[in-house]
Amino acid sequence: MTVWKYGDDVNTDMLFPGKYTYTCATAEEIKPHLLEDLDPEFAGKAREGDIIFGGKNFGCGSSREQPTLGLKAVGVRAIVAKSFARIFYRSSINQGLLLVECPEAVDAYKEGDGVELDATAGEIRVGGKAFAFPKLPPEILAIRDAGGLLPYTREMLKKK
Amino acid sequence: MGKTFAEKVLAAKSGQAEVVPGQIVIVSPDHLLTHDNTSAIVGKIKDDLEEHGVARAEMPVIVLDHVIPAASEKHAANHRTAREFAEKQKLPHFYDIGVGVCHQVLMEKGHALPGRLIVGSDSHTCSYGAVGVFSTGVDRTESAALYLRGETWLRVPDTIKITLHGKLRPGVSAKDLVLTIIGDIGADGAAYQAVEFHGDVKNLSIEERFTIANMGVEMGAKIAVFPVDGAARAYLASIGVDEKAYEPVWADEDAHYIRKLSYDMDAIEPVVAAPHTVDNIKKVSELEGLEIDQCLIGTCTNGRLSDFAAAASILKGKKVSPRTRLLVLPASRAIYEEAMEKGILAILSRAGGVVLPPGCGPCLGAHQGALAPGEKCLSTANRNFKGRMGCKEAEIYLAGPETVAASAIHGRLTDPRKEMTR
Repeated sequence: MTVWKYGDDVNTDMLFPGKYTYTCATAEEIKPHLLEDLDPEFAGKAREGDIIFGGKNFGCGSSREQPTLGLKAVGVRAIVAKSFARIFYRSSINQGLLLVECPEAVDAYKEGDGVELDATAGEIRVGGKAFAFPKLPPEILAIRDAGGLLPYTREMLKKK
Repeated sequence: MGKTFAEKVLAAKSGQAEVVPGQIVIVSPDHLLTHDNTSAIVGKIKDDLEEHGVARAEMPVIVLDHVIPAASEKHAANHRTAREFAEKQKLPHFYDIGVGVCHQVLMEKGHALPGRLIVGSDSHTCSYGAVGVFSTGVDRTESAALYLRGETWLRVPDTIKITLHGKLRPGVSAKDLVLTIIGDIGADGAAYQAVEFHGDVKNLSIEERFTIANMGVEMGAKIAVFPVDGAARAYLASIGVDEKAYEPVWADEDAHYIRKLSYDMDAIEPVVAAPHTVDNIKKVSELEGLEIDQCLIGTCTNGRLSDFAAAASILKGKKVSPRTRLLVLPASRAIYEEAMEKGILAILSRAGGVVLPPGCGPCLGAHQGALAPGEKCLSTANRNFKGRMGCKEAEIYLAGPETVAASAIHGRLTDPRKEMTR
């Protein structure tokens, strides 16, 4: 498991350049361009179970869901940040990608620290220190539990 | 306790007597905006659409604007998918290439009416706050679900009240005002929150309010909204909207705000957002003389008639410096035609400007006006993120149309007030 650490205001153009917006739609097309202009190492080296740390306002910018789609497909376990931009936040819920808003955990992290995450308990351990993070409200957990917004929508349509 | 604009609209749209910040409500938006991304959106739900169709055909508004005319076979195929979808599902609100940038089109065609709730798969959907609309961005997957179900969830936001005093001085634009505010509160200063503008709003035209509301998302806001006054009603009447067709909503005097700010518009000066964040604000005077390789006037932020008129008043009879180039990007065909008929485009073209078709073009770096490594662009667009205009080793500076026009003459960042007194 690798922890990737970035700073404040990581925007959607950094996560996935706008120039590919209308030429890449599937996860396989998206993956090679993830974080291309921020960290050229990421796309080749990110693996299932990795965690991303970010500062404040993570995901600001465009309504561009390729980052969430791609990061989920790569198997990124969670993004831990001081705060998230709202469209990115919704997008992650829609894809079933775990976001952890926990400024204390971000501040505590030093390179090489072990990170353990318990989403059900709402707890993250960084270098042996535990931090609690707020869990999602029930309306939103229902979307995640269904595996994302589209599976959830299909369930709702069936019930109609 | 009184209610904010957001609390009132979300209560009405979720069928509740009242709602409070933090509460999650289920709403059926009046409209869902999608653009070139429509093909990717419908691609996610191809089989579902066969089975269920679109929940409410009146709801979607589709505007092809992002990569127009198609820059490659792949873009052309995307456009075709969107056209075929609109035709098959009998969607009445489909606008093909050349009509304009989606946000301008939603305003001009009378879809963005006061009191309405509009969501869109574009972050600058917040623009319609200029005429008292609750409008905000969602993503592609949520748009797909909305096509099928016609409803979604929204969290009731806290609200920031910004009171404006006085009047902007000559050579200072609404863009300078909103960039100053973003510089003060930060790119996340209004995260998850609504922003209401109060005070001397009457001193701002609808076009200026559009520029400010458009930039709401650059301070993290969910919505950025103005009251509906005589100017807003006059604008809506000018595009053929009957006053009975809408019901304005506004905050109560005693509404609760999480933060209150006030700005003296007379004190605002020309500013630029320096690379690579929108809140990296400097006074033009601090960076004056900076060499600029490309100037861009237009986009959904500043591509309206008053923006081009302001630029033309500075560029009339002058030439763009040989060390830079000027791109002119009208926000809609209606604006393009009016600017043409009034001779404004002729002035900009004779000065050396390159007029582009009404669309998003250079703003997202997909085609038209991409930058080379090491180049600097001075733009009236809304974002200066690294890589935004197609090259991560280029720099984007944001400013108002007057500043860009004055700078185009010299190929260097120039305070527009100097150019106006000559």
